[in-house]
Amino acid sequence: MSDLSQAAAEALRLIVGGDPKLLDIVLLSLRVSLTAVVFACVVGLPLGATVAVSRFPGRRTVVVVLNAFMGLPPVVVGLLVYLLLSRAGPLGAMGLLFTPTAMVIAQAILITPIIAALSRQVVEDAWAEYRDQLRSLGERRFGAVMTMLWDLRFSLVIIVLAGFGRAAAEVGAVMIVGGNIDGVTRVMTTAIALETSKGDLPLALGLGIVLLTIVLALNAAADIVKDTAQRRYG
Amino acid sequence: MTSAMRAPRSLLPLRLDDVVFAIGVRRVIDRVSLTLEAGRRTVIVGPNGAGKSVLLRLCHGLLQPTSGTIAWNALELPGEPRRQAMVFQRPVLLRRSALANIVYALAVARVRTEHREARAREALRKVGLDPLATHPARVLSGGEQQRVALARAWALNPEVLFLDEPTANLDPGATHEIERVIGAMHAAGTKIVLVTHNLGQARRLGDEILFLHQGRLLERASADRFFKQPASPEAAQFLEGELPW
Amino acid sequence: MVVTRRLFLAASLCVVLGAHAQERFITVASTTSTEQSGLFGYLLPIYEQQTSVKVRVVALGTGQALDVARRGDADVVFVHARTAEEKFLAEGHGVKRYPVMYNDFVLIGPKNDPAKVGGGKDIVVALKKLEAAKAPFVSRGDRSGTHMAELDLWKASGIDIDKTRGAWYRDTGQGMGPALNTAASMGAYILSDRGTWLAFKNRGDLTILVEGDKRLFNQYGVMLVNPVTHPSVKKALGQQFIDWIISPAGQRAIAGYKINGEQLFYPNAGDSNA
Repeated sequence: MSDLSQAAAEALRLIVGGDPKLLDIVLLSLRVSLTAVVFACVVGLPLGATVAVSRFPGRRTVVVVLNAFMGLPPVVVGLLVYLLLSRAGPLGAMGLLFTPTAMVIAQAILITPIIAALSRQVVEDAWAEYRDQLRSLGERRFGAVMTMLWDLRFSLVIIVLAGFGRAAAEVGAVMIVGGNIDGVTRVMTTAIALETSKGDLPLALGLGIVLLTIVLALNAAADIVKDTAQRRYG
Repeated sequence: MTSAMRAPRSLLPLRLDDVVFAIGVRRVIDRVSLTLEAGRRTVIVGPNGAGKSVLLRLCHGLLQPTSGTIAWNALELPGEPRRQAMVFQRPVLLRRSALANIVYALAVARVRTEHREARAREALRKVGLDPLATHPARVLSGGEQQRVALARAWALNPEVLFLDEPTANLDPGATHEIERVIGAMHAAGTKIVLVTHNLGQARRLGDEILFLHQGRLLERASADRFFKQPASPEAAQFLEGELPW
Repeated sequence: MVVTRRLFLAASLCVVLGAHAQERFITVASTTSTEQSGLFGYLLPIYEQQTSVKVRVVALGTGQALDVARRGDADVVFVHARTAEEKFLAEGHGVKRYPVMYNDFVLIGPKNDPAKVGGGKDIVVALKKLEAAKAPFVSRGDRSGTHMAELDLWKASGIDIDKTRGAWYRDTGQGMGPALNTAASMGAYILSDRGTWLAFKNRGDLTILVEGDKRLFNQYGVMLVNPVTHPSVKKALGQQFIDWIISPAGQRAIAGYKINGEQLFYPNAGDSNA
């Protein structure tokens, strides 16, 4: 397919050419998705771990809902956040619509369930082994949650990567709440969508290859860090 | 620091009154009544499935009885540092260094920060593991891990130490080390309650024996008398090795 | 670990929030056709250099652009659907409508032209032929200016498109670019604005078949969103942009935008009938 080879050439030209606009777009994509992941972890990891170590009425329902929300359609989240942040909406006075902050909010909402649901499973699987010993030592719920999260950190890395991947890959939410404004809220995925709709498929594919390369590089880096740390702590 | 100095009231004696623990209709512990006093080392023996581990967990508070009461002489309030400790058959250590594992336990017990590391090192020294203090705990051998678990318990200076088959997975050398540490802890004033299926160990470590069979406490006697002249036919069969699993 | 994570959080929050706090900007809700033709990419740097005011364009379909403005999320609307714009004004959401520029629509279709509409100058005749032949036709279907113009043309041809549409009429609900992509891939006919067509790169087998009919005229208008009903609107900056775009300088800039030497938009702010 000549489109593909054209795309590869475009990708190379983009990467090597060091186009400042492209750099801006890449940096914004990383800023938005990484910030969203951080927020999602701060909320999602303790949430998942707490559900994992607790017994309470309705727990099964909570687990099912968390799991189901992993599949939240990005465009639906985008629409809901748009209605929230619009001037006509409850949080309109904050003036956040069509800004990177709105994009961070939408993506954080999107990936928190993923982080929470998956960490719940990981912690719950390990809890059977840890429970008696931690309770014997006198650990209570909050301490147990923090201890479990830190002890399982190597298994949790892949969950964080999954969350980041989902954020970096989505276009529906950031398009609606960001508006794909040139130089302000244009990220890799919305740029690809724009070039596709303009019919410039090689450029769109080229951008896609650039995006994939970046995500691959990030995953490789995370793997190296995890491996080194794991060898130290076993 | 002895337990008498730290706590106004001793945890012991522990009284179990008509304790039942049932899973569905099956009674794992069937109306056990006993009193655990300070001083003597109590060893619980019995065939597999007798309910020994469950009894230990009931005493330690990890399980709640279906009926009956379990009463300590003094209340341990939730949120306060624990005054009892337990060592399990498989040691559960965190992904940290051996020293950090003990420091962690001390932190949970709200020992003051400036005292933690010294106390942890002392505990490791007592079990002969101070050269391995900075090793990741999870890469140590089974025997070393169990010693770290024991050191962790020791650092907490508990009044009562429960041990659930602590040497079941260890070789004779490691077993000997563990038994030595248990003896030292007892000498320092900790009440020992040990579950074992190793009759030799029971003979070595036990002052009194509790014989459990199908969830019932069939016999309680000093170690001497139990091994020479078991009172119940089941105990006799058990000691002969004839009791079915 | 917890401390470093919190620091990172705080830092990123600052970076994300602080970035846009300082500059002066307005939000313009416009159409995908104006964005995708590349007009804004050419025009706005000129304005921004002169005034130091950034113009942030949110490119949507006309219907959606007007809705965004109705919610007060934009300061200025710049669309091409006169009826919808006047309705917008009548509802009290806009201040005044200024004509800005026009381009035209063209009927695009496959080179082999199965319905034989090519070469004609009469759009009504062409549409009648398409409907009779049940030739595949892609519609925007998204309440955009182009979509509304298309519906108007079916009406002008005496065709009740709601009644006679069948499998040949592909209602895609997409922007101009994606709709052109769809038409190219299925060899269908489609009504497009000339600007997007000229900038469109994935033409496949398509070409212009009918053009020049007066009824294919596509007028653009600009309005300031009403600051009375929407207090958050940047009245002064918005009006400044409108004033520039209808001024001789702005109009010259519009006329200066060309693709392959061809002018895309024709300024006509002076035309009071537009």
